[in-house]
Amino acid sequence: MPSDEAEQPEAPASAPSITPSEALASAEVLEHGSAPPLSGPREVEAYRLMLLIRRFEEKAGQLYGMGLIGGFCHLYIGQEAVVVGMQLARGEGDQVITAYRDHGHMLACGMDPKGVMAELTGRRHGYSKGKGGSMHMFSVAKNFYGGHGIVGAPAPLGTGLAFANKYRGNDRVCLTYFGEGAANQGQVYESFNIASLWKLPVVYVIENNQYAMGTSVQRGSALAEELYHRGSVFGIPGMKVDGMDVRSVKAAGEAAIAQVRRGAGPLILEMRTYRYRGHSMSDPAKYRSREEVQEVRASRDPIELVGKRLVEARVIDDDHLKQIDKDVRAIVNEAAEFATSDPEPDPSELYTDVVA
Amino acid sequence: MSIEILMPALSPTMEDGTLAKWHVKEGDAVKTGDVIAEIETDKATMEVEAIDDGTVGKILVPEGTEHVKVNAPIATLLTDGEAVEAPIASPPRGDGGATASAPPVDLGEPEPEIEQAPAGPQKAPTEPELEAAPATEMVTMTVREALRDAMAEEMRADDRVFVMGEEVAEYQGAYKVTQGLLQEFGPRRVVDTPITEYGFAGVGVGAAFAGLKPVVEFMTWNFALQAIDHIVNSAAKTLYMSGGQMHCPIVFRGPNGAAARVAAQHSQDFSAWYASVPGLKVIAPYTAADAKGLLKAAIRDTSPVIFLENEILYGQSFEVPKGEDFIVPIGKARVARDGTDVTIVSYSRGLAYALDAAKSLAEQGIEAEVIDLRTLRPLDMGTVVASVRKTNRIVTVEEGWPICSIGSEISARVALEAFDYLDAPPVKITGADVPMPYAANLEKLALPSVDDVVAAAKSVCYRE
Repeated sequence: MPSDEAEQPEAPASAPSITPSEALASAEVLEHGSAPPLSGPREVEAYRLMLLIRRFEEKAGQLYGMGLIGGFCHLYIGQEAVVVGMQLARGEGDQVITAYRDHGHMLACGMDPKGVMAELTGRRHGYSKGKGGSMHMFSVAKNFYGGHGIVGAPAPLGTGLAFANKYRGNDRVCLTYFGEGAANQGQVYESFNIASLWKLPVVYVIENNQYAMGTSVQRGSALAEELYHRGSVFGIPGMKVDGMDVRSVKAAGEAAIAQVRRGAGPLILEMRTYRYRGHSMSDPAKYRSREEVQEVRASRDPIELVGKRLVEARVIDDDHLKQIDKDVRAIVNEAAEFATSDPEPDPSELYTDVVA
Repeated sequence: MSIEILMPALSPTMEDGTLAKWHVKEGDAVKTGDVIAEIETDKATMEVEAIDDGTVGKILVPEGTEHVKVNAPIATLLTDGEAVEAPIASPPRGDGGATASAPPVDLGEPEPEIEQAPAGPQKAPTEPELEAAPATEMVTMTVREALRDAMAEEMRADDRVFVMGEEVAEYQGAYKVTQGLLQEFGPRRVVDTPITEYGFAGVGVGAAFAGLKPVVEFMTWNFALQAIDHIVNSAAKTLYMSGGQMHCPIVFRGPNGAAARVAAQHSQDFSAWYASVPGLKVIAPYTAADAKGLLKAAIRDTSPVIFLENEILYGQSFEVPKGEDFIVPIGKARVARDGTDVTIVSYSRGLAYALDAAKSLAEQGIEAEVIDLRTLRPLDMGTVVASVRKTNRIVTVEEGWPICSIGSEISARVALEAFDYLDAPPVKITGADVPMPYAANLEKLALPSVDDVVAAAKSVCYRE
């Protein structure tokens, strides 16, 4: 039965930075202390990339409001540390696949903001020539495999990418992202079974942003506090990670990717994070209070955290932070300008790319 | 009292088999449950147990005999102290209750047993017309062997090709289509999966995104309903959704349509479903030559291909051109029989009805042209329309349901593209609009028959 308490999910603030999973005595457990600091330049890089995603998403929200982006548009604001931390941990050639809250993943993979934004506006120089939209974008060159609109679908697809790595005998790892809502899907467990059975090089990243559309994790998931244990019956170790701290994410990601790359089989990282915006742009936001969102924004914002840390450690000063913001805004404005001036696809594109 | 021991059936579609070995001789005493003989089909061996205590009377079928019909008496069992030489009564075949039977086979949900020549109209497949030079040397092989050879040849030629599915490796294929592949290619390339269609179909699609060429076997297409999300949403649409960037070179294959006596959840023809999906190519061959040539083409294709086989055709033999170069292009129908009076269009097992009907019609002075579509998407309407322009009449034949069927599509297209040539409205022969019943008589009523096709052809020719 839902209770009042269930309506108030645990703020990610209380998640320890990294917790080795206790219930995996029989499986290999990742040992971790507190997250080590990043080097100055790496932390600045993380800051810049997180800010790029934040500003890009804010702009996407504006363009949506102006009717320039249609359909569904799922913003990543609040979750930036997850994908940026994993990007810092990711090796050359490691693949990334995710579901439909995917703009941040694409930017983190190094895809061109102009091409991403132009796809959001449905224009001809979008990554999918305007035929995919927000939820369906790919870049084989950047090892980004989508961009999938079906909840849970990335789990077996990412497992298949990992299968191909093992088949080819290379040492690549597939980072397979899905949300905590998707973590209840049957196909996720079919994938866990296969990946563990065949020792496939896949890291499953559960982005637990606390809400599956309007259903809080407590209302939708049994043992909601232990999603990182969801692979334990398959012998898949899991870690709970503070997904609001890019250092923690990077440290956990590096350890996980290294272990998977050694051939130990799959791993699960549960990222405790939070989305500030609605599930999509058309979200009535009746399922949580404004105060709850404000609380996280004020106390746990992943970008503020890093900015403050950089200034306090005197890696850079406030002026430098402002300059980064200015640079990022310029990139985003350029992307928006491109995405709103680029023509729509030629009508002849209707029947292209249907079959190869 | 003497009991007849009858040839048991190993599977719903088995008609005959080989009596491989007798474990007893005349005069031996046997107890209930003793193994008395072994019987074989081309894919399974089964022990026959005594169903009563007694003495083996006469062995009626010597070991090594092939093509022993199911339910034929193979020996007699004497009970109650009868003498071995006692005269043997000949009760009618299938004498209820007094038969020896094979031990019950636990088929589980997937029923992995099937056999050779099925009941039904397709006794003598008409000579197929082949995509091969007239001088090409031909070999006779079953559809099952042709499919296996197609996979083996493509696997030899391209390391990216691998086979995955339930029981494809160690079991040698639930229907023995992948027989021998594990031995030749090893477990890296012939991969047994858990019984989780949604999961392994998605894994196959992911591997195809990464540039491998998976051949994913569904034990039957009925079970692919659990995987249809990945077939339609992940495999079929991604090329388009990625603006042509992300290819999905995958083949999903397995038996489709009605088998025999397996009822509603295991007897469904999905042809029209998949043929409606942009992004897929859909193939449903009839002959072994087409099965081989089209499966090779499907594996080489860079689009996702749905390859619909038919369990009842697996054991049927056809002439197939020899050699690894033989390939049949996707998207081309085949004129299986020339004719002038009426066009009969079908695919897969429906060809058997169509060809037998054509033979019967010929005896009544009607020359039917029979078209084997072979590929259902893209549909070769050019061949169909050309035939209708000649015959001015068309009948479609399929085992699938009538609403939104392949025949519905062809009828509509013919009405649009050859309206002025039609001398009669198109007629569809389809399966009945019901879930497949189990009872033998109802099942027969639910499927098309040769008589249905003959009657339809005569009706469009305005003949009684």
